[in-house]
Amino acid sequence: MTLYRNLTIRQKQIVWAWAFLAIPVLFYGVIRFYPTGTAVVISFQNWNLLGDRTWAGLENYRELWNDPVFWKVFRNTFAYLLIGTPVSLLLSFVIAYHLDKLRFMHGFLRMLYFLPFMTSAVAMAWVWRWFYQGVPIGLFNNLLASVGIAQIEFLNSTTNALPAVLAPAVWAGLGFQVIIFMAGLRAIPTSYYEAAKIDGVGWWTVLTQITLPLLKPTIVFIVVLSSIGFLRIFDHVFNMTTNNPGGPLNATKPLVLMIYDTAFNGFNMGYAAAQTVVLFTILLIVSLIQLYLLRSD
Amino acid sequence: MSRMLRRTVLAGLSAATLLLSNAANAVEIEYWQYFFDARVKAMEQLIENFEAANPDITVTMTHFPYADYRTKVAAAIPAGEGPDVVQLFYGWLNDYIDAELIQPLPNDSFDPATIDAEFFPMVGAMKRDGSYFALPTAVRSLALFYNTRLFDEAGVDGPPETLDELIEVAKALTKKDGAGNITQVGITTGMTAQDHHWFREGLIRQFGGEPYTDDYQTVNYTSEAGQAALKFYTDLEKVHGVTASGFMDEPQAAFKAGRAGMHIDGSFRIGSLNGVRGLKWGVTELPATADGMRSNYSSYWVNGITSKAEGEKYDASVKFLQYITSDEAMQIWLDVVGELPAKPSVGLTEANANDETFGPFIRGLAYAHTTKFANESAQRQVFVDMVARTDLEGQSLSDSLAQAAADEQKILDDYYK
Repeated sequence: MTLYRNLTIRQKQIVWAWAFLAIPVLFYGVIRFYPTGTAVVISFQNWNLLGDRTWAGLENYRELWNDPVFWKVFRNTFAYLLIGTPVSLLLSFVIAYHLDKLRFMHGFLRMLYFLPFMTSAVAMAWVWRWFYQGVPIGLFNNLLASVGIAQIEFLNSTTNALPAVLAPAVWAGLGFQVIIFMAGLRAIPTSYYEAAKIDGVGWWTVLTQITLPLLKPTIVFIVVLSSIGFLRIFDHVFNMTTNNPGGPLNATKPLVLMIYDTAFNGFNMGYAAAQTVVLFTILLIVSLIQLYLLRSD
Repeated sequence: MSRMLRRTVLAGLSAATLLLSNAANAVEIEYWQYFFDARVKAMEQLIENFEAANPDITVTMTHFPYADYRTKVAAAIPAGEGPDVVQLFYGWLNDYIDAELIQPLPNDSFDPATIDAEFFPMVGAMKRDGSYFALPTAVRSLALFYNTRLFDEAGVDGPPETLDELIEVAKALTKKDGAGNITQVGITTGMTAQDHHWFREGLIRQFGGEPYTDDYQTVNYTSEAGQAALKFYTDLEKVHGVTASGFMDEPQAAFKAGRAGMHIDGSFRIGSLNGVRGLKWGVTELPATADGMRSNYSSYWVNGITSKAEGEKYDASVKFLQYITSDEAMQIWLDVVGELPAKPSVGLTEANANDETFGPFIRGLAYAHTTKFANESAQRQVFVDMVARTDLEGQSLSDSLAQAAADEQKILDDYYK
């Protein structure tokens, strides 16, 4: 106790700060950092969960580099990112921009857009999966067939399957992005718009010179959040392709699904951990870019 | 409320007295299996019978959903937290033996020669170095389910006996709309379901091949037989137009909905078909070749004793395992779960082998083969992709088959290296 009494006020503050920080630090240490560290270690080992772990050196990474499925999956993961993020960004901005100007049934419409975000991804994926089936059960193909158009293979196709799986994922995230965009739009001071009105500039100039530049923090936030979301896409793909996970012919398989499959179907923990480290690195780079963009403001 | 309370207290008291009265020499062992309503009910019945015969042993059963089962077992047993007696899929056993998590069954209680003689031959896969490591209560095989209502409607007399008849019957059962879209399939297909077993152990062998050599470590189906088998299978859709892979999402869903004339599936499907309203179905053996050759696939879950069981728990586990692999237990399992007895002495009784529902499956066991998988889901995926390449990428059958063989060989090599 005397030890504590002899401390300066500044030092006492530090002690107390650490005392309060201890719980989150412990939590992060045990629940986050320890398993992360273990995963990195396992990525240099061979382990089937049952026997002993044996050192494998860089073997898992070499295997990954030479695995054509990994590169296919890598491309898929970035296809989800590079299609999903711009499309959802554009859609949500257009919706938010017009919804913001609308007074009639504003709350109800906003609720409609937000509903999918609150729905379970699993339930949604299954409903969409059935929408996409061929005749006689698929909604879309039944509609096409009823007007005499040939059926479209949505999921059983190497080209259509990825966009088909992505569509409900974009739709599900839309509500959240619309809400964020609307908050961003509301935060822009009206005085800018009034000044623009006095000067008599057109709507395009207002949009590109006032609205978009002032929305930059909102846009960066949404881009980063949805990028991470699309890089980690799993539940939509897994549930829409359970019989042939990530199929057909790996056309829809994202990295997280490959990790899951390697770990819990193949029980090849070392190889799965190596894939996890790669995903971790990608996410880290994306996050660092985010920090850089936010700082430059 | 008070009645419930009283009952709970009473139950608690009686349980306590039971515990106390047995405390002197009670052994408690733990048994794990995955949750499937009928399996849990059957096991409860077996445990009750066993405890009545062995009042000094208590068996506690733990079960959890199938999706988590393999991972939980794999995490618990090495940590010493798991069961004394555990139910495992036969394909997982090698990993457990290698990691020394499963003990060999004692030869005096489980005489290998007797087991060889009394059980169906595929159980021999559970033997290593002269001892058995685990034994099944029940086994499964494949058969051809058919929708009798659709058969009557199409004027088909009975289920097909041969593969050629299968095509003809399927043609009679297929329905298309004006645009040529299939609205009812003659037979369901899909390597994602049980068809990869039918193809691997059924068709390849029936066309004169041997799917693997070297104790399932070397792929051997790039032969003419393999090509003929693949041609037969893919022709169902491409030439005869009697099926569409992925029709109604899942084969058994199409059959359940009455939109499929025939469907190949395992004996475990019986239970879920029984409850479907308006579905009238029958079942028959898998079709034979023109000269009557048949082949089938069989799989099973086994019970083994983990390395955790020691001393009196080990003795109790041996006794329990003896009971749950006895003739009596097998009959109970058949009656409650609908899975086939692992011994001909129970399975091939007059009543069981001629049973309308179980008979075709039980007769199928006589000519069934059990694939030794290195990684079942990955090896299934190889066949799924093999057919998909011919469908979606226009690859030729022989190229696709060769690639499948190479892919599967890589899985086997990685596992056995």
